[in-house]
Amino acid sequence: MSLRLYIPKDAAARAVGADELAAALQMASEDCGSECQIIRTGSRGLLWLETLLEVETIKGRFGYGPVTTEDIPSLIAAGLFNGAKHPLDHRTAVGLVAEHPLFKAQTRQSFARCGLIDPLDGDGFVAQGGLRGIKAAVKMDGEQIVKQVTDSGLRGRGGAGFPTGIKWQTVRNAESSQKYIVCNADEGDSGTFADRILIEGDPLTLIEGMVIAGLAVGASKGYIYIRSEYPDGYATLLSAVLVAHRLKLLGANVMGSGKGFELEIRLGAGAYICGEETSLLESLEGRRGIIRYKPPLPAIKGLFGQPTVINNVLSFAAVPGILADGAESYSRLGVGRSKGTLAVQLGGNIKRGGLFELPFGVTLRTILNDFGGGSASGRPIRAVQVGGPLGAYFPESLFDLPLDYEEFAKHQGMVGHGGIVVFDDSVDLARQARFAMEFCAIESCGKCTPCRIGSTRGVEVLDRIIAGTDRDKNLVLLNDLCTTMQDGSLCALGGLTPLPVRSALKHFAEDFA
Amino acid sequence: MGKNLPTPQVLKGDTGWDAETAAPIIAEFAAIKGGLIPALHALQNRLGYIDDAAVPDLAKAFTLSRAEVHGVISFYHDFRREPPPKHSVKLCRAEACQSMGSEAMAADLIQRAEGQHECEVSAIYCLGLCAMAPSAMIDGKLVARLTPAKLDAHLAAAGIGFKARTV
Repeated sequence: MSLRLYIPKDAAARAVGADELAAALQMASEDCGSECQIIRTGSRGLLWLETLLEVETIKGRFGYGPVTTEDIPSLIAAGLFNGAKHPLDHRTAVGLVAEHPLFKAQTRQSFARCGLIDPLDGDGFVAQGGLRGIKAAVKMDGEQIVKQVTDSGLRGRGGAGFPTGIKWQTVRNAESSQKYIVCNADEGDSGTFADRILIEGDPLTLIEGMVIAGLAVGASKGYIYIRSEYPDGYATLLSAVLVAHRLKLLGANVMGSGKGFELEIRLGAGAYICGEETSLLESLEGRRGIIRYKPPLPAIKGLFGQPTVINNVLSFAAVPGILADGAESYSRLGVGRSKGTLAVQLGGNIKRGGLFELPFGVTLRTILNDFGGGSASGRPIRAVQVGGPLGAYFPESLFDLPLDYEEFAKHQGMVGHGGIVVFDDSVDLARQARFAMEFCAIESCGKCTPCRIGSTRGVEVLDRIIAGTDRDKNLVLLNDLCTTMQDGSLCALGGLTPLPVRSALKHFAEDFA
Repeated sequence: MGKNLPTPQVLKGDTGWDAETAAPIIAEFAAIKGGLIPALHALQNRLGYIDDAAVPDLAKAFTLSRAEVHGVISFYHDFRREPPPKHSVKLCRAEACQSMGSEAMAADLIQRAEGQHECEVSAIYCLGLCAMAPSAMIDGKLVARLTPAKLDAHLAAAGIGFKARTV
């Protein structure tokens, strides 16, 4: 048997030289006269180990990371190409990847296949449990599929946490000859990358979830809207559509059900606001990404005026598992009304950043310390921002909060899409508050005044506070402005920008002095 | 199956506007529901930018007003109305990269890029590489875990020459 190596082709690995590593290893193996097969996979999410090189053995896949081309001579010297026993005596050895404590501690459901297989290998996908969900779904009627999703307790993973089953039921009940399934893959929130990892690592699961949604509500056409900042994800999706056709997951007769489903991949054009669902629909229709008034809800009048299911990547990706293993298998995970797993994305100033799929309820402290291993700089962690650029900044005193939609809301924060950005004690929260306003000003679609003008005024007021000009007066003004934006904006961009600003003021008042 | 595009990439060299090349692209995408943005991507992919001369043609093909087409082009950060420079560096300026020193790196790079027209240095908000910050996109290629020295090495590899680093 030839030596089988696995190297991710995920953008995170490629950004630190995975392609160069794969090419150099291939060449080195030929030079050594060793037969070696290199399989490019998605990412395991253990991003501090990228590029993670895995070697297949009878015991399982042994990992080495982070590996660069410079490590190749020493790996060869340790016996990589001449059958030495793993783990090799090498400084990058991490043991069996499946047994890695930070991998084993996870509950990999939506990401079960991520990092294991070539994301475009249809047979590998099926061998690892792919298509079980759709096969269960084609035996049910739409009502039964919706009931499974409702009973699972799955809530929208895009950030708002709306119950997915209720959304689907609304679309199912709507009368129309053409309904649509739209996947929001405009993962613009900084600090989040779970959608990207899933799309690049297991795109067929996403497609499977969307087709199940189509069967559930009676829609025959879907769109995935992916941001242009994810060129690798876009390319993967284009190829995945072809593979899905070969698997009969897409086409005129999905899995022999007699029902058809076609999928189109659309590329965004660098507008953060298009992650807001109604802006995204406008953009799909070929217009400026200006948000729409709600009601009507997209479920009633969405894409091209038709009833539309619009969900996040991870919401769709959770569905095949729910259908395959039953609603109960999902709902028994998690806490309170936050069911199932959350893809925690740990980034910023952290020693071990990456994606960890965990049941809801785990605390920030566990994630930061046990998984993250403290800050990358070695300095104390002073603040974390959870839930993207519109999420609150939390201080150390709140690190015992469990990840739970309701618990976070009680502390004027949000779980959002599960991104956690870590800052050490060199952070200046007044600057971060200013950035929140600045970002809102750059990305506002301009439809409503509180967001369009309020954000620019917010930057100005914060500049005065930072400069120490009429500080008390300007703090009153800032608070007033935040209230106006929160209550008067049409969508979450203007409405939630006050969240990071106010949390910075509340928890880090000393930075505004 | 849907009409899909190749991955956008930064074009190298001169890219003058060519209405003859643009015409079939516009016609092709006008037939697709909501095809204006894919059409703009395709035009920019092929010709480097979207010339104002294309606006009336796009308006006619998509039965929109010229104002509406202009509105779409100007709304999205990706679409450019002038030929692109030879090189492009997009530095991530979002929170995770800020927490790892992206702001100082950006300030330095912007200063060093001053006065040259070969390479455009711009901000991008999140490349999804937040666990390996700071990150950037250099001529369409993603690079991460940057330090000032590593960034310089990537720039040199891409053939981008800036003034020497001051910090």
